[in-house]
Amino acid sequence: MILIRGGDVFSDSGFEVKDVLVEGERIAAVGAVDVDGVIEVVDASGCLVGPGFVDMHTHLRDPGHTWKEDIASGCAAAAAGGFTAVVAMPNTDPPLDDAKIVKEVVRRGDETGLIEVAVAAAITHGRAGLIPSDVEDLYECGVRVFTDDGDSVADAAVLRSVMMRIAALPGAVVAQHAEDASMTVNGHIHEGSMSTRLGVGGLSAEAEVDVVKRDLDLVRETGARYHCQHVSATGTIELIRHAKAEGLFVTAEVTPHHLSFDETAVADLDTDFKMYPPLRSDDDRRTLREALKEGTIDVVATDHAPHAPEEKAVTFEEAPRGVIGLETAAAVVSEVVGDPRRMFEALSLKPALIAGLRDQGRPIAVGEPANIVVFDPRQEWTPETFVSRSSNSPYKGHRLTGRPLVTVHNGRIVYSLIGAT
Amino acid sequence: MKGLTTLRGLGRSELNELIESALVYAGRAEKGETSGDQLSGRAVAMMFFEPSTRTRLSFELAVNRLGGALMTCEPDTASTKKGESLRDTTLTVTAMGADILVVRHSEAGAPDAIHEWTGVPVVNAGDGAHEHPTQALLDAVTLHRRFGSLQGLRMGIVGDIRQSRVAGSLFHAMPALGVDSVLIGPEFLLPEREPDGFEMSTDLDSHLGDLDVLYLLRVQRERGTLIPDDYIDRFRVDPERAAAMKPEAVVMHPGPINRDVEITGDVADGPRSLILSQVANGVPTRMALLAALRDGIT
Repeated sequence: MILIRGGDVFSDSGFEVKDVLVEGERIAAVGAVDVDGVIEVVDASGCLVGPGFVDMHTHLRDPGHTWKEDIASGCAAAAAGGFTAVVAMPNTDPPLDDAKIVKEVVRRGDETGLIEVAVAAAITHGRAGLIPSDVEDLYECGVRVFTDDGDSVADAAVLRSVMMRIAALPGAVVAQHAEDASMTVNGHIHEGSMSTRLGVGGLSAEAEVDVVKRDLDLVRETGARYHCQHVSATGTIELIRHAKAEGLFVTAEVTPHHLSFDETAVADLDTDFKMYPPLRSDDDRRTLREALKEGTIDVVATDHAPHAPEEKAVTFEEAPRGVIGLETAAAVVSEVVGDPRRMFEALSLKPALIAGLRDQGRPIAVGEPANIVVFDPRQEWTPETFVSRSSNSPYKGHRLTGRPLVTVHNGRIVYSLIGAT
Repeated sequence: MKGLTTLRGLGRSELNELIESALVYAGRAEKGETSGDQLSGRAVAMMFFEPSTRTRLSFELAVNRLGGALMTCEPDTASTKKGESLRDTTLTVTAMGADILVVRHSEAGAPDAIHEWTGVPVVNAGDGAHEHPTQALLDAVTLHRRFGSLQGLRMGIVGDIRQSRVAGSLFHAMPALGVDSVLIGPEFLLPEREPDGFEMSTDLDSHLGDLDVLYLLRVQRERGTLIPDDYIDRFRVDPERAAAMKPEAVVMHPGPINRDVEITGDVADGPRSLILSQVANGVPTRMALLAALRDGIT
């Protein structure tokens, strides 16, 4: 039994100072709790207590690229970031495109005992964009999110045929990494004043906007659910706002780094700021922050993309794209949205809903699964080292406010910064 | 000590210090005096991962004149061809005792990355389409020798500005030195947005009468730029255009020139041309820089 004492506890009606008792894998009591027989007590005074965070966009790199991260190290990093579930992206080697390998990744995630690992399966065989995966079979073994993340599904006919099939599967969603690859050849940073000044090839915002525009037409036609991954451009936000107003089932995520930084962060060509989509203009960044607050952007997802130090110790153009984010995401969201309710929506409720994770993103109430985070919104800290196997974080050395102190998954403390008594 | 990878952030007084020092070295060379041994006991490595004639020879002569040891790294035979990473190659050269690295590379930011890895001062001799700081410095020295000061000069920079690393350094140096500049070229060769302190124009002829300096950039056919049919009509500097300029106005070009593309031979070799003075000033300018870096590393 675990007693989480005196925290500001999240429920459907808001936050209230209460105790939370966890027994077995469930929440046994909420309120003023009698402490008899309790084994572990967590002092949560001054902290928010809510459903564990859910990351819709994690690269666990396993199988195939385990020098960057593996399932165990990725799950440990997630737990340290307050996450109780992640959706693993399929761009592994081999890619996650059939039921056998999906089951294997989920099983190995369970074995860590740290968090829940769900899989986003590839839309096409080998993520090659040509032959649709067996989406019905993948759905049968629990997959709800389908994406060729890292690449767009460029071929409209292929995407259309998959969307028609996915529209017939309740709760399944197509998640698109929107990037017209023909427009991003030789591009490394946002096309704008910084790319001019640095003489580095630019990535046009249109490369994202054009793909989303086309996809939304296919959504209208097929009725599939559509999730736009890591939006970065103002034009995309406008499209999503209209699509929602139209009543389409369209959702969107933004990464913490696109909320924190703009293109000027790449002035020194530090490879820890190289990612796709790139950091865009200050105007884009402001638009993203507003869109998150008002709900046009539903979810914050990390796009946690580990790369080993030696892979990033090359010149900017040669460096692989991507940065880690699991351990710093909650602090960034807390700072950006301010309102704790919106933070739990964006980091837990909405992603759990979109990804179809029934044991995640639940209110803190009796009988609910004990997937809980204790988050101190006031703690100041400066990330220098990471639980992740990689350390390619743009927040290295940056002062952050807000930190997950304890993560409880399936009724067990899987991460604690304070040490339970 | 970082070396010199960019002119961004250098103020007028810092630039003027380097210019003054270059003028001293230039004066000594003209009088046939030796320049001392500021680099005695020091090694300077030339790491050119892209072809170069004038920049490289001029750095080599500068090192020799200052009594330094010269290390050269031939990209065609270097171990990078055998798959060694750029980081390992530069760490190797530094481990041998190079005190300063002079780097040319096809990628923007490579000199900064190399400084980050090795910790020794790095001089950027051209990185991709980013910057070529010593070119802009020697241009400033050349203008200073011709006009006495750069303050108030009006410069037109013409040609493939978007892909030019020389322009990348002029963007910082010229405003800092009080030069008022306009970027001129067909729209697709101009930056997407004008840099701070610059105007942009697609009409060369409307500016010719106002300019003190016409700075031509080569159309970089080797980087895939196609020369549009009307380029020569609109932008090539021929005797007629040269005649439309102020009497004392000059024509500059960082080289190598495409004769009869951006400039005709008679203008390049004519009285307005400072092209060979630019080349000559490259040596004292690089001596001034290397000597300044040497003072920083003792």
